[in-house]
Amino acid sequence: MSLPTSPRRAGELSRRSFGVLAAMSVLAACSRGPRTADPNAPLRVLAINHVWTQAISRYLPEIEERIGRRVSVRMLTADQLTSTFNVRLNASATDIDVMTVRPLQDQLLFARNGWIADLTDRVEGDAAYRWTDFQEAPRERSTAAGNVVSVPVVTERPALYYRKDLLEDFGGAPQTLDDMLDIALELQRRSEGFFGYVGRGQRAGAVTQWSSFLYSFGGDFMHEGRSGIATPEAIAAYEYYGRLLHDAGPPGATNMSLEQAMPIFAQGKAAMYVDADAIYSNFLDTSISTVSDTVGFAPFPAGPAGSVPHNIPSWSLAVNEFSLLRDDSWGFLRWASSPEMVARLQSEGIPGARQSVWDDPATLASFPPDLAEAMRINAANGVGHDRPEVMQVGRARDIVGRPLVSGILGEDVASVAADADAEFNDFLVRDNRQREF
Amino acid sequence: MTTTTTAGAATARRTPPSDKPMVTFETANRRLKWALLAPALGFVGLMIVFPLVFTINLSLTDAFGAVNAGNAYVGLQNFADALTDTRRFWPAVGRTVVFTLGAVVLETILGLALAMLMRKAFRGMEIVRTILMVPLLATPVAIGILWMLILDPTNGIANHLLGFVGIPPQEFLGSVSQSLPTLMLIDVWQWTPMMTVLLLAGLTTLPEEPEEAARVDGASGWQRFVYIILPMLRTTILTALVLRGVDALKTFDLIYATKGPGGGSDFEAETLNVYAYGLTFDYQEYGLASAVLVLFTLFIVAIVVFLRRRTERSAS
Repeated sequence: MSLPTSPRRAGELSRRSFGVLAAMSVLAACSRGPRTADPNAPLRVLAINHVWTQAISRYLPEIEERIGRRVSVRMLTADQLTSTFNVRLNASATDIDVMTVRPLQDQLLFARNGWIADLTDRVEGDAAYRWTDFQEAPRERSTAAGNVVSVPVVTERPALYYRKDLLEDFGGAPQTLDDMLDIALELQRRSEGFFGYVGRGQRAGAVTQWSSFLYSFGGDFMHEGRSGIATPEAIAAYEYYGRLLHDAGPPGATNMSLEQAMPIFAQGKAAMYVDADAIYSNFLDTSISTVSDTVGFAPFPAGPAGSVPHNIPSWSLAVNEFSLLRDDSWGFLRWASSPEMVARLQSEGIPGARQSVWDDPATLASFPPDLAEAMRINAANGVGHDRPEVMQVGRARDIVGRPLVSGILGEDVASVAADADAEFNDFLVRDNRQREF
Repeated sequence: MTTTTTAGAATARRTPPSDKPMVTFETANRRLKWALLAPALGFVGLMIVFPLVFTINLSLTDAFGAVNAGNAYVGLQNFADALTDTRRFWPAVGRTVVFTLGAVVLETILGLALAMLMRKAFRGMEIVRTILMVPLLATPVAIGILWMLILDPTNGIANHLLGFVGIPPQEFLGSVSQSLPTLMLIDVWQWTPMMTVLLLAGLTTLPEEPEEAARVDGASGWQRFVYIILPMLRTTILTALVLRGVDALKTFDLIYATKGPGGGSDFEAETLNVYAYGLTFDYQEYGLASAVLVLFTLFIVAIVVFLRRRTERSAS
């Protein structure tokens, strides 16, 4: 049986014409749309879930009025943020305008990928913005291949958090690393669940806090472009940190990052803790802390090379290279990092990067006095990096963190450091090749 | 047979006969089949074939930093790098196998035991079934965080409870040596109910006569289980093993949520999935990560083919 064929009516498409039309439709759908933003489109800020973002969000109506557009802020954790940028910007996404980036972690790679806009002309061509007012170290970290690609908004140093009630008999906070170890060993009662010291121990997560120990022992991650992690100074720093956590720290320290270490101190189970000064408010919050009345703050103790903590810009603002709202994005950056806003936020307890603001004691009034003093001293002594200054920071942290973990586990640090040193040197050769923009 | 004359048909009669063959029912049916299949084929092409081809293509390049940043083809170099990497790749393969085998074997044994217990109706069975399903309803990330709190060596309740029975505090996820076994136990806690449900479904379909006959012949409960139930349930068990095994091989969220990047400080819980994620999002080495994922896919396909052949042989 055959079905009757129906001849094509006038205006009916042939199969071939239909195919051509469908292909054209697909091509049209895939082609780039207009390269201008919708006048009603909001300015989209993809930001870290941080006290800075929460604080700036309260003042958004000011900038919305200035740029005449709604500002939409989405907050993520640091890992989520990096993953989102990797996925979205690999696809040249235009739905992100302003980004918070970690200048020491992601910025160099993002700049190499062409994901963040060059802001050099904007920051240097605007006298009222006072680019040179930013502290030197954060300003240097804002550049990639000689171009300014971000503006710093939050700075960070290590602080020594300690129990004033327990250290009173020792004359207060330790001034040196040797004293800190002695006190930690004397105060610890591990069998009863009390520890002399708590700190980060995760391979990569601990590297940033360990950096201050490294510098204070006279070492650094690199010397003249080559690995510095097997020098006597670095090995001494590895061994010291390992002993501190192995002999006076809590069990499971090698799985501890900020999220695990901080609650132990906040719940009164450790005598001392070194971590970022930006987290101090967690210990004063009576809803999560049992040490709010007894916590003290001190500068980083001195090692054989003195007290040499890190002083870094932890978060900066950048503009997505693919953003259709670059002018408005710069307007947001300019407003959020202006002298007035930095002063306002620092007065609320969020340390900024402008020297003029640090020079005004009124902006430090909201910090506990001993913390403000510790921050001032650490900022004066600080080094501008807390991790290897390379393109592939994640891999570098994994390598330099290995001897650190060995120390915490009570293993032989020198042999692991020698192996890690060779691996790090190989890595640096490859990393340098990838730096070619 | 009734024929309907339409305007189109009338026009057709007026047009000169063409050389084209008449469209038969079979031809039309064949075209219709393809027309109906087209959406599904389009979906498969877009969601499975394209990513697979894209990943294979990427695995042959030196892609780093950005996926589309002028990458050069390097042939099979990434595969060679992965297969000669004894520091991260092969240990990750080993952990993937250990984790999968350990977890799935335990889940199968426990799931079968629970299914046997629930085979006959008892009072309160509905409540037991509901409670049993609870771990399945939570996301692995939430479960990871929950167990991290329970097993925290300092503040967790687990060591507190162990103290009551005289067991010294354990480090659990904080330990280099205990992390993988602990993760396997968490996986067992979450997925045993699924094995129970699958095996219970299989048990309820078994004929009762052989077991009754064995009972009459004096076979003990254990003998009936080993010689009657297990052989009849073999196909169901193998199917459950394939389903859970492939799922366990791909475990990622639980490990990442509890141990972070690299599966811990000494890479102690780094499986192939966690390694590939780290290469992609922590190291931005897209070429090498793609090669690892291609190898991982081949690994899974080989296991599935092997188990399916076993299932078919067993069924026949």
